[in-house]
Amino acid sequence: MDALNHYLAMGGYWQFVWPAYAIAVVVLVALLVGTLRAVRANEAAVAALDRERPRRRRSARDGELQ
Amino acid sequence: MHRFANPSRFLRLSAAILPWSTAACVCLLVVGLYFALVASPPDYQQSETVRIMYVHVPAAWMAMGTYAFLALASATGLIWKHPLADLTAKAAAPIGASFTFIALATGALWGQPTWGTWWVWDARLTSVLILLFLYLGYMALWNAFDDETRAARAAAILALVGIVNLPIIKFSVEWWNTLHQPASVLRIGGPTIDPSMLLPLLLMAGAFLFYFVTILLLRIRLELAGRKLRTVQFNRARASLRGTT
Amino acid sequence: MRTGRRRRDPLGVRAFGTVLARDLRLARRQGGDAGLAVLFFILGTVLVPLGIGPEGALLSRIGAGLLWVMALLAALLSLDRLFQSDWEDGSLDLIVLSPLPLSMTVLAKVTAHWLVTGLPMTLVSPVLAVLLNIPPDQIGLVALTLLLGTPTLSLIGSVGAALTVGARRGGVLLTLLILPLYIPVLIFGAGSVDAAVAGPGAKSHLLMMTAMLLAALPLCPWAAAAALRHALD
Repeated sequence: MDALNHYLAMGGYWQFVWPAYAIAVVVLVALLVGTLRAVRANEAAVAALDRERPRRRRSARDGELQ
Repeated sequence: MHRFANPSRFLRLSAAILPWSTAACVCLLVVGLYFALVASPPDYQQSETVRIMYVHVPAAWMAMGTYAFLALASATGLIWKHPLADLTAKAAAPIGASFTFIALATGALWGQPTWGTWWVWDARLTSVLILLFLYLGYMALWNAFDDETRAARAAAILALVGIVNLPIIKFSVEWWNTLHQPASVLRIGGPTIDPSMLLPLLLMAGAFLFYFVTILLLRIRLELAGRKLRTVQFNRARASLRGTT
Repeated sequence: MRTGRRRRDPLGVRAFGTVLARDLRLARRQGGDAGLAVLFFILGTVLVPLGIGPEGALLSRIGAGLLWVMALLAALLSLDRLFQSDWEDGSLDLIVLSPLPLSMTVLAKVTAHWLVTGLPMTLVSPVLAVLLNIPPDQIGLVALTLLLGTPTLSLIGSVGAALTVGARRGGVLLTLLILPLYIPVLIFGAGSVDAAVAGPGAKSHLLMMTAMLLAALPLCPWAAAAALRHALD
């Protein structure tokens, strides 16, 4: 336990070393998560539109006939 | 080069690379963090705060490297009208801005114990801050136009103007710095760096590089899907418009 | 625009003059923009002593830098109209089609912009320098740096103005794009006074500012013309 405490104290500089790593982790993870979610959302929307498209085309043609 | 202009070919290629780059990033990160936080010795002058260097310096390298990459991609898009190059440049910008922000924040956290202040108007810090503004301006310009091609070209020209200006800014900031701060700034690292510190530094730099590759591929996918989405929606709107008239 | 008339004008001097005269006439008739920049320069500078206090020593210490920052902001103020108004009323399309190379047209418009913003600012700067308690022997130097620096500001600004033609919130965006690029001019402009006071002399600074102006003179109109051509595609 003492060894762990000693390690976490970082020679008295814990309040600088750990926030530095924390900031890096938070920024990089936030970018990763944001990117993944946006990719999923966009690709899901494209897939949904692709599935919808044939129906849409037909309805558009119906509209032309009227 | 134009072989990869085909989106589906690019998507296949990126799907093949993605697992490997992710794995390389994770492996390098685990080993690098072990060496950076556990196995490397504290510096005899800066003691444990030197461990901040293992995120700060790779982030700063990547911040500059990403801008060079962005400018290169922009030039490719502008000169050869390569359809994927514009998207690549657009995809790289948020990653570069993130690295720049990390470099600035960790630099402040390193400066406080080493220099006794969060921020000094040191030449390097100031130029990195300006680099962040260049990234933000580039991203803002992309978002300022409805027409994607127009946005791509304006952003590409801005990126090229930026890369020409960057050395001038760096030089002038250094000049300004020597005028205003005579020899009060500590030198970081210095020319001689112990192998026990170089190893974690390089490992972390490798991890950041593969992080960049992974996110870049994902973001190009994101942009491709977004482009397709806009095209499909546009066609649909046109079709429905034709339907009503 | 009467530049389309086939006259013997191989160097484009007459066409250059036409664009320049047109922009100057527009600036005079619309009144606002040009005078506004100088007024902003004066008002902004006057506000600072009200904010930080009227101590002469402090003001003379920061005076040159202050004038330079204000000149930077004032130059930005009217920059977003440089091409935007021509783009809105369609005359930009005609200008691009005219026989004069587009970069020369840009240079003419930049010259007009400088004549109505940079030059008047340079001319009023000695008065403001007196208000800011800048020592008499440095007033000429401040005006000289502004004379050398403000054309560079207009030139660099033209690239940003061309890039943001047709953009949403173009004015704010222009500020974000251009201010980082202005930093070298600011450093050498304001730094020359410091250098003159501190001892090494302002000569190297003035030479650097001249070099930047000479480099910007061909490069910026060229880049701005490329950006404009893409904007009109």
